[in-house]
Amino acid sequence: MFYQVDALRITSMSQRRVYLDHSATTPMAPEALEAMQPYLGDYFGNASSLHSYGREAAAALDEAHFVVGCALGARASEIIFTGCGTESDNLAIRGAALAARKQRDLVRGHIISSPTEHHAVEATVHQMNELFGFDVTFLPVDVHGSVDPDAVRAAIRPDTVLASVMLANNEVGSLQQVSAIGALCREHGVLLHTDAVQAPAYMPVDVNELNVDLLALSAHKFYGPKGVGVLYMRDGTPFLPTMTGGGHERGRRPGTVNVAGAVGTAAALKLVARERGAQAERLRRLRERMVRGVIERVPDVRLTGHPDLRLPGHASLVFKDVDGETLLMALDVEGIAVSTGSACTSGDPEPSPVLLAMGIPREWALGGLRITLGYHTSEADIDALLDVLPGCVERVRRAALEMM
Amino acid sequence: MKKTRVVVAMSGGVDSSVAAALLVEQGYDVVGIMLRLWAEEGRDAYGRPNSNRCCAPEAVADARAIAKLLGIPFYDVHAEQVFKQKVVDPWVGAYAEATTPNPCFNCNRSIRFGFLMQRALALGADYMATGHYARVVSPECRVPSPEGASQTSGLRTGDFRLLKGRDEKKDQSYVLHVLGQKDLRRAMFPCGGFVKAEVRELARKFNLPTAERAESQDLCFLTQGDYRGFLTRQKPEVAAPGPIVTAAGAEIGRHEGLPYYTVGQRKGLNITVNSANSQPLFVLKLDAARNALIVGAADELGSRRAFVGAMHYCADVAPPEPLRCTAKVRYKAKEAPGVLRPLPNGGAEFEFDAPQRDVTPGQGLVCYLGDEVIGGGVCSSLRVESRE
Repeated sequence: MFYQVDALRITSMSQRRVYLDHSATTPMAPEALEAMQPYLGDYFGNASSLHSYGREAAAALDEAHFVVGCALGARASEIIFTGCGTESDNLAIRGAALAARKQRDLVRGHIISSPTEHHAVEATVHQMNELFGFDVTFLPVDVHGSVDPDAVRAAIRPDTVLASVMLANNEVGSLQQVSAIGALCREHGVLLHTDAVQAPAYMPVDVNELNVDLLALSAHKFYGPKGVGVLYMRDGTPFLPTMTGGGHERGRRPGTVNVAGAVGTAAALKLVARERGAQAERLRRLRERMVRGVIERVPDVRLTGHPDLRLPGHASLVFKDVDGETLLMALDVEGIAVSTGSACTSGDPEPSPVLLAMGIPREWALGGLRITLGYHTSEADIDALLDVLPGCVERVRRAALEMM
Repeated sequence: MKKTRVVVAMSGGVDSSVAAALLVEQGYDVVGIMLRLWAEEGRDAYGRPNSNRCCAPEAVADARAIAKLLGIPFYDVHAEQVFKQKVVDPWVGAYAEATTPNPCFNCNRSIRFGFLMQRALALGADYMATGHYARVVSPECRVPSPEGASQTSGLRTGDFRLLKGRDEKKDQSYVLHVLGQKDLRRAMFPCGGFVKAEVRELARKFNLPTAERAESQDLCFLTQGDYRGFLTRQKPEVAAPGPIVTAAGAEIGRHEGLPYYTVGQRKGLNITVNSANSQPLFVLKLDAARNALIVGAADELGSRRAFVGAMHYCADVAPPEPLRCTAKVRYKAKEAPGVLRPLPNGGAEFEFDAPQRDVTPGQGLVCYLGDEVIGGGVCSSLRVESRE
């Protein structure tokens, strides 16, 4: 369809906008865009081709594997480029669990996970149970959403093949003790996968320090392009390619590789590795000021997730007797972009399962709001939020009372 | 100065799109919201997933494209659960009570002017607009008063008044009679002053891509308008076969389930009348107690009185004395004159000057004074009297 705009006086979009949803996605760094550009233009070759066009692309792809590997403390051969973070989680869990079960000659097999995982992990684990017959244990979490490594120890069975525990929670920002969990898993011959999608822009991610066998990333969460995921797979990890086709990415993820995307991902990861130390400190202070400001100005609000052991720019709040999605819209109308932090939708008044798993009462859990800061977030952005938020919360609460 | 903010209920259709465009043109700070309403899973005639007009991805995309074109924020909000609970389930339940319900009343009351209004207020809106063909007159706005209304002693001045849409054929005030003062004071119906052809013309002028969209007629949550199949799938027990009897009590056939019939219906009775003076038979009444369909000749059909159990008045208060006005007993029925008598228990009786064929339990009785909606309510099955 083709639309013409001139028939109407369009209200100006000159309103100031503030983006505070960096856990959803980040703007691409100019460095990443610049690195990609040649591979969207002149160097268009298929990295699998033998001719000179192919070699140009293959060289760039090799370098991207190498750079991403270095950034994660891994070898280039252990890096697989995929289509997104969700795909990386899918490939990791399905591929490793099925292969390990076969290798160990188990009939059912057992998977351990947590109740606060991203849908990409949660839905895959459920499918492993329903379709592939694995037993699944979901670990308990504490009020911050954290898994106690001792709980992992208690959950491990002789037939446990895989555990999947995320590094940093997307909804409440809490960090898990993946390193300790990984040590335990290794001791018991259990593979550990971690969804680290939220982490690399704000904290170091080293596969050896974390003791993980599989790790998923998504480029657009760290100022890289959308449509590119990374799967780290430790050499020697049993793996069944659940996507079948050609020999791309050493047969582990068939399909013509998105060379430009891989190059952009590598450039972005290099950038964040350089910037994240200073940014983390700056964002932590900014977030603390923001959370203090909100708590001072708004009644009946709480921070969810761990107060300190969390992503530096991540604040997740719950407002009593507030519909989170309505609050999100009220803020957006004022030019402030945040999220509810969960797939919970209004009109479907089911509170976030993650918040419920953390023991947050229902009348609070419906009012979740996630405010996530990024490299470009300024003091003025936080001022703008603090300026608008109290009025929005009040209006949302008043409207609910009036229409009761 | 801060502009007046209006939330527009958008559907992707012509009327709500033009409503939004008119408000933008008039300089309001407009926000579009589309509600995703519950619809039965199903396939359309081409075997594609149910392309219900409220909720189809195409409709959402249309509404979003129009919002983008108009430069307004747009949200699609899931309201499936509340819609099913407040509209669909009661509608199915009313069939189980052998009435012929109209789901639009509950939808306007609980969904548009409840669920959506709450969100509009939360967004700081001063008004909520819909694409309905109806008009609201505010106390300050002393437009030429609709004929008859101002002279009537029973009505308070200073109220927000709900008027019919200018387009008589499209007028939707019938389904809006549920609104009261607190709703009307915040309601805007930008299309109400236009006829449909003008609205289409405006859509073309604004270059809205929905200008040529076909009218949708069926209830929005049905697949292909098949309410019978829908009822049987939702609540199989609502449709139990039973006897077809005459007013005199003679059983002359079997019906397939009371929800499949409505008062005044002639077709589909499937009766072979063997008497010599056979004449067409019509449904006179659905008798829930006996699960019987009462039928009779055309001249047995019709009643002079309709009773409403809970009468709603747009002015929030009943006229202090009986009111001569007109009333409609179905959305598409003709208005007929008579007297509205508010009852002390909150109900009302309407006595028509002449018998009305289609007084049907479950349908709305809506009263008008000229163009103004006085109020209305659901016709009760308890005291629908046969023709006097």
